Amino acid sequence: MAVEDKRAGEDGAIDRFPIGMRVLAVDDDPICLKVLENLLRKCQYEVTITNQAAMALNMLRENRNKYDLVISDVNMPDIDGFKLLELVGLEMDLPVIMLSAYSDTKLVMKGITHGACDYLLKPVRIEELKNIWQHVIRKKKIEPKNQNKSPNQEKGHVAAGEGGQMVMSTGNSDHSGKFGRKRKDQDEDDDEEAEEDGNENEESTSQKKPRVVWSIDLHKQFVAAVNQLGFEKAVPKKILDLMNVEWLSRENVASHLQKYRLYLKRISQQPNMVATLGGQDPSFMHMAAVDGFGDFRSLSSPGRLSSTSMSTYQPGGMFGRLNSTAGLTIRGIASSGMIQSGHSQTLRNSYNALGKLQNAMLPANQGQKNFNGVQASLELNQLPQSKSSSHIGEFHQINDPTAFTPVTNFADARATPGTSTSSLSSSSSNPLMLQANLQQQAQSRGAFGNQSSLGMVSLNPGTFDMGVSGSYNFLDYSRRNESCQGAGQLSKFPSNSLPLSEPFSHNQLSHTHLSGNLPCQIGNNLLDHSSSMALPIPMEDSKGDMQCQATGISNVIQNMNFIHNLSHSFSNVNSLVSGKCDIGPFRQNMDQTSTVSNKTMDVSLKDQYNGSSPYLAQHAGVEKSSLDTKMKSNDDYLFEQSKSQDGFSQNNYESLDDIMSTMMKRDQNDALLGDGEFKFDDYTLGSYM
Amino acid sequence: MDRSHPQHQVLHMRRSLFDQGYIDKEQFIQLEELQDDANPNFAEEIVTLFYTDSARLIQNIEQILVNRPIDFARLDDILHQFKGSSSSIGAKKVKEACTQLREYCCAENAEGCTRTLQLVKQEYAVLKRKLETYFQASISLYL
Repeated sequence: MAVEDKRAGEDGAIDRFPIGMRVLAVDDDPICLKVLENLLRKCQYEVTITNQAAMALNMLRENRNKYDLVISDVNMPDIDGFKLLELVGLEMDLPVIMLSAYSDTKLVMKGITHGACDYLLKPVRIEELKNIWQHVIRKKKIEPKNQNKSPNQEKGHVAAGEGGQMVMSTGNSDHSGKFGRKRKDQDEDDDEEAEEDGNENEESTSQKKPRVVWSIDLHKQFVAAVNQLGFEKAVPKKILDLMNVEWLSRENVASHLQKYRLYLKRISQQPNMVATLGGQDPSFMHMAAVDGFGDFRSLSSPGRLSSTSMSTYQPGGMFGRLNSTAGLTIRGIASSGMIQSGHSQTLRNSYNALGKLQNAMLPANQGQKNFNGVQASLELNQLPQSKSSSHIGEFHQINDPTAFTPVTNFADARATPGTSTSSLSSSSSNPLMLQANLQQQAQSRGAFGNQSSLGMVSLNPGTFDMGVSGSYNFLDYSRRNESCQGAGQLSKFPSNSLPLSEPFSHNQLSHTHLSGNLPCQIGNNLLDHSSSMALPIPMEDSKGDMQCQATGISNVIQNMNFIHNLSHSFSNVNSLVSGKCDIGPFRQNMDQTSTVSNKTMDVSLKDQYNGSSPYLAQHAGVEKSSLDTKMKSNDDYLFEQSKSQDGFSQNNYESLDDIMSTMMKRDQNDALLGDGEFKFDDYTLGSYM
Repeated sequence: MDRSHPQHQVLHMRRSLFDQGYIDKEQFIQLEELQDDANPNFAEEIVTLFYTDSARLIQNIEQILVNRPIDFARLDDILHQFKGSSSSIGAKKVKEACTQLREYCCAENAEGCTRTLQLVKQEYAVLKRKLETYFQASISLYL
């Protein structure tokens, strides 16, 4: 949408489209590149060339609106052409055409699955190039329509979503059926909205249709929504509703969802991808963050509980892992762990910081327990709920390493969503850092556009206790998407959500808090559930959630343990997710901590989730203790947090610093973790451990 | 017309390049069509670029085949580039030799690779010679 406008203004080529179409050509072979450049010029396109994929990515990230189309070679030394393809598709949503001297079916298939619009064989003929502009039009066509519909749908959904987030997820299953129906509705809506949605129409005269720019915030919202609904059940319509973004259409969401799924699939298959990509590339990280965020979310949810525990764990450890796996998700978790220090406090702080970022998401309502704090902070700072989701994402970002390191940087974390994770890991043991990271992340997240609870998730990081877990949760959360659609919820969360915080109050377990926040997933349930703080772990939420929760918790636990194994946890998270309330899998991951703790978590989570608010707290407590013991090794702090429940409950937005310090203190205090002090009891979430 | 007219000679050379399968006609003509006032010698520049690049690639391939164990994955990447660049200028025979080499590479047949590499080098040398002659002759057209 906005993009379109730009295009029009840029070189006046819009009206003459496809003349003047801006193409970015990437190929390490100088001959092919030169020939391609000249051929494209002959077609009267505006050509930019580079022989390095990394450079291309930078150029695209710098200003995605500068280009309409990307043509890239498949075999490149620095970055695999397919990876570049994926990144561009996810981050910038630009059509990408693959170029190769080999026409193996496998390669072509790979190109398609990675999202290529077309696959051309070298030598490229000018006739083929003369038609590539069709891909640009095609992409545009889809998005504007989506935008049209969304307003109506969103509103409807939002309302519905809150109440029945969890339900929605279940409902999503037959979403396909509904979807079809909705499609029709959408068409109708589309027409109506077409009028409302001027952008597209205005420009529709020119072939370009406004392209939806998936900013970080928007993406965060998206991820939060997806998490909230549950990954499996996330249907574009529902996501749209959850996101509550007026100008977004269902088609926009649908295409973005498709990409997102591809992305997740990809990263799950390549745990190192993130490391490779993310590590190197902030943008990637960003993306990862974004995506990771989603993942993150899923992860986080389960981890919510664990967040507390996580916190004890060296966030860094986790964080590192996170980076590798989900890049972001891990980060989130890690960061959450890091935040441990004061989970609630830190969270708060971080949240506050986040709030600035965007957290507006976390509506103060949520303020209930830590989560509230976090959320509140998030909210306070800014964003309206819907936006807060984005924050959350951001928050997560903070988790990112970058955020992590500088506690103070918190606010700056934003900038580097991707990086934050990294920093997170680095700081790892520094709760403060976490906080900072979280914030940073949160900030960085901003980009994510978490519309959805994402912001929430980030919150967790703040609460850090949860932070770790929270972040972890995030990861889980994302994984859990299916179960926890929390992501979307987060935004909705505010009123209820805070429930998370309640449980959390127990510990910083922001976990609970996080759960709510958890990225959304957990939070979603929680949040939306209004008041059922138990929320945090979706566990309760509809069975799906349970899983999430369990996972979340386990995640948390795991996180703690895992923080080191972040990547592992990531996977665990997945397992968690799937295992309804089955922390078991998680536990395994936890290796360190010992499954026992996981169990407890499960239990507690479940209970908690079931409706008792402190769901998490309780469980968390239990688990936590087990966890604590384990954690102890990792980080007593985390547990400390749980103990400190109060920390968590702090929700109040204490400045991140405070949180950090609190967390740190907890640390000192103890061992809370170690001995099961985790007492989660009321923590419900907090003890996430 | 005077057969010895430079223009005729050049055209004749061109035709034989095409007919003998050294150069892909359509591709080459496409290259030539890219020539304009801004790029008067585009085709020749590209071909020159091809020489340097190919020399480098061939050298890399040789190095790979000499090392043990042979890095077939990397060899495949290099061949991808070689095939791409040779097809971009329409170097048909070189491209076909590359394709053959790639098959051996995929089969991880070291001996086959080494043997086919010689074929590639040979085709490359012949093509280079012919093209250089052709372009030198074409220059005369502009004189």
